[in-house]
Amino acid sequence: MTLPDDWEMVVGLEVHTELLTKSKLFCGCANHFGAEPNTNVCPVCLGLPGSLPVLNREAVDFAMRIGMALHCTIAPSTFHRKNYFYPDQSKDYQISQYDLPINAEGYLDLPDGSRVRIERAHMEEDTGKSTHLGGSGRLAGAESSLVDYNRCGVPLVEIVSGPDIRSSAQARAYAAELRGILIATGASDGRLEEGSMRFDANVSVRRPGAPFGTRCEIKNLNSLRSLQRAIDYEALRQIELITEGGTVRQETRHWDENLGETSTLRVKEDADDYRYFRDPDLVDLAPDQAWQDRVRAALPPMPAQRRRELVALLADPSPAQLDAVEVVIDLGLERYVHAVAAAAGDAALSLSRVANELAADVDHVANLTLEAFVTTVAMEQHGELSATQAKTVLSELLSVGGDPRAIAAAKGFEQLSADSLGATVASLIAAHPDEWSRYREGDEKLAQFFIGQVMKATRGQANGKAVIAELQARR
Amino acid sequence: MRSARQIAADVRSGASSAVVELEASLAAIAARNDELNVFLHVDVEGAQAAAAAVDARVARGEDPGPLAGVPLAVKDNLCQVGVPTTCSSKILEGWRPPYNATVIDRVVAAGAVPVGKTNLDEFAMGSSTENSAFGPTRNPLDPTRVPGGSSGGSAAAVAAAMVPLALGSDTGGSIRQPAALCGLVGVKPTYGLVSRYGLVAFASSLDQIGPFAASVGDAALLLEVLAGHDPRDSTSLPEPAPSLVAHVDDGVAGTRVGLVRELYEGADESVTTAVRAAADALRAAGAEVVELSIPELGATLSAYYLIAPAEASSNLARFDGVRYGLRVAADDVTTMMEATRTAGFGAEVKRRIMLGTYALSAGYYDAYYGQALKVRTLTINAFARAYERVDVLLGATTPTVAFPFGTKTADPMAMYLNDVFTIPTNLAGDPALSVPFATGEAGLPVGVQLLGPGRSEARLFAAARVLEIADGRP
Amino acid sequence: MSADLTRDDVAKVARLARLTLSDDELDLFTEQLGHILDHAADMNALDLTDVVATAHPFGVTNVVRDDVVTPSLDRDAVLAMAPDARDGRFCVPRILGEAP
Repeated sequence: MTLPDDWEMVVGLEVHTELLTKSKLFCGCANHFGAEPNTNVCPVCLGLPGSLPVLNREAVDFAMRIGMALHCTIAPSTFHRKNYFYPDQSKDYQISQYDLPINAEGYLDLPDGSRVRIERAHMEEDTGKSTHLGGSGRLAGAESSLVDYNRCGVPLVEIVSGPDIRSSAQARAYAAELRGILIATGASDGRLEEGSMRFDANVSVRRPGAPFGTRCEIKNLNSLRSLQRAIDYEALRQIELITEGGTVRQETRHWDENLGETSTLRVKEDADDYRYFRDPDLVDLAPDQAWQDRVRAALPPMPAQRRRELVALLADPSPAQLDAVEVVIDLGLERYVHAVAAAAGDAALSLSRVANELAADVDHVANLTLEAFVTTVAMEQHGELSATQAKTVLSELLSVGGDPRAIAAAKGFEQLSADSLGATVASLIAAHPDEWSRYREGDEKLAQFFIGQVMKATRGQANGKAVIAELQARR
Repeated sequence: MRSARQIAADVRSGASSAVVELEASLAAIAARNDELNVFLHVDVEGAQAAAAAVDARVARGEDPGPLAGVPLAVKDNLCQVGVPTTCSSKILEGWRPPYNATVIDRVVAAGAVPVGKTNLDEFAMGSSTENSAFGPTRNPLDPTRVPGGSSGGSAAAVAAAMVPLALGSDTGGSIRQPAALCGLVGVKPTYGLVSRYGLVAFASSLDQIGPFAASVGDAALLLEVLAGHDPRDSTSLPEPAPSLVAHVDDGVAGTRVGLVRELYEGADESVTTAVRAAADALRAAGAEVVELSIPELGATLSAYYLIAPAEASSNLARFDGVRYGLRVAADDVTTMMEATRTAGFGAEVKRRIMLGTYALSAGYYDAYYGQALKVRTLTINAFARAYERVDVLLGATTPTVAFPFGTKTADPMAMYLNDVFTIPTNLAGDPALSVPFATGEAGLPVGVQLLGPGRSEARLFAAARVLEIADGRP
Repeated sequence: MSADLTRDDVAKVARLARLTLSDDELDLFTEQLGHILDHAADMNALDLTDVVATAHPFGVTNVVRDDVVTPSLDRDAVLAMAPDARDGRFCVPRILGEAP
């Protein structure tokens, strides 16, 4: 979506992700989505009088992994209390990080080559969850609310970008890339629908080169699509408002997915005074070099690096192949392509098979060994299997595993002999003289026509490459 | 009343039993609790079960622990499973914690028998126990006077010979000051020596749990049981419990003592006289006593009265009527929280919450709380410099002996000034104790204070023991 | 520095702290708090320019625990403490604003 003449949007994103620790950030209660309400609570996360927090080492490791993946500086840090009253906040303060966060000053490079700065990625605890009774189930109009503290105290990392994003598409790309990175670190499962990853967007507009305008924060964005739509809506709303002579009020707005609009949640002029101060129940965190090195050594490769390594296997990749690379990286299936390349097989062919056949049945990928895949691709590559036959073999391998050669034999996939192929091609040439002469004169498109005919005639048993070779030989 | 060490020895040897000792304690409580309002709750059933368990261990030939069968009073800001824990506040009236404070687990494992929860200034904020929502506690030595605070109930329990040992908490002097006013030994340990897990927090960076006893030896015994690393308290010092009982009779030969002007200047004459006499007694026992001045201590009262309320304002936010305790009904949750807190908290608690909230507010943080944190660093450094020259510091514990009810309640500052000698060590995190020495005005006890660097409790007990003997309590 | 604490300041702080004060209490607290804050001037007699706040007085740092699940409280015990519990959850009257 383009904005009206000569306007620019300025967007910063705050992304919260829950960490995949077994226990909560400051206590041993299970960190487990979907448990019966208030069954994973203890004196600490319930904030009972006299309770004290103790930091989860794994949460620190995950936070450092995220910081490293985002090229941040890992620094000594402290925990601060953010004081505010709210029923889902069991202590009526949140333990978070304020002026000394564990990770600061990093960046994220997007596939289009643009770079978005990461100001900080800090640790904090999550709140409980409320459901509302009466009214429509939403907060407004409710008569009472019910609070479940299972989620209270679950570890979060909050990742704050610089105000570097200039379009909703770029925001979406940032969010998608960040999600891929978080999943790749092992720190997060990126499940937007379960709320383990949440987005807030800060949006303002300006004439290019002018100082930043007043920004509004949009909350309740739990899909990439909402993120993009909400940012576009909000930017336009602000532009219209300013164009009509109004001024943008600094406020928090709520995105309604059904109505497709943002609305005021809270005006920030009467902003909460959080009275941040260092939490005296916790001590300073200063992971030494040895600790950081251990974490860095355990950090898996990030999507960008995995993408590069996969693309490097392809000679002059087409846009379609780059799309396929995206799919494969996103699903974490690149090892299949690497296995084929390592066996000196056809990387491009294997890429296609992974991006299509494996991607379609990703839940069963465990049944398909690297060896079986490499063999199947080789068989197709050398003409022992046609494309259709190869797909059938893969499908069977995914369902039940097994050995590709045995499966091919069992299904009677015989190699179409060179003679019978030659005969088939010859008869088709005879049946379509016009097309044949146009092909002979240089109309390459007709190669496809003949290939299609051969496939029809052989019920998909022919090997595409062999057909092409046959056509060229007879040209 | 026999000492805790004697009771434990008798119970271990079979000369007595935990049940018999408990009976005596309950009788003593029954005799004077109505008059003195020491215990808010006497846990008869729980104590009887605990005493029976100790006797069973003895019968089985198992070691029942160093505090075998000793009845013990617990300040009512310490969580004990299933026992009402009110912090002397209406906002927690009737609340029974579902878990034990670490110190409770430790004393029970050592064979002690917790008999009940004692009165305090509400949420430990006060120096006289007049701020309790359930009535003041009276000083057993003179019931027209205060026992001190905030651990007034625990002090009175020992002073009235209801129990030989009691647990208190000290944030600005709340163990030492009542100990002084009731003629007891009271110890504020090194910050982090005793786990705070289960102590309802007042000011987290200052609070410490500690013992009340009638003698130095008993206090050392109880502290040894309480002390040592607790993985449930992140601020807990990493080391296990130090050896304290074994060093009580080390004496003070060669110990360098600094008598600190700022720690007795302005005190009543009878208090100052007692402090000087204590200096003489230490000298006579072989210590080297010099006079010192630590001018930085002058700012500690102000710093404390910003740091403590600031932390308290945050620690007490959880009392909002949602999950436990008092709830005053209202149509919306904000009104409910306000109504609950307004009805549930007393005036002193409200005053400190307000002060603390203000000190942390945007625009005021640097001027008040931020400055106070720097004064704290200065205090730590000032004490460290003093400890390059001496081993132990000496001063008064309180400016006066026990004062009559109502004499300091009109102006909060007047009450706060009670803590002027005790506050500095809370700020620094160093240990200090009060030991009775001489008698003051109206025949009431005076406490002198001994201070030392971090983890020097053994040396403090040794010096206190010398004073105890010199004072006629061998 | 004199604490120019006004009645309005105190009223604002009371709201922040979720306390309702009567007019008399507002007056009294304004006076008392102002008096206490005036004493804060003692701190200004010291040169604190290069002084840094101390975290733990004995330099304890990096206290962490292993990522191990430990038993939670029994839900009935938890809800028994609640002033109002329904459906396994804590019930509160209507919440007027969204969380910060």
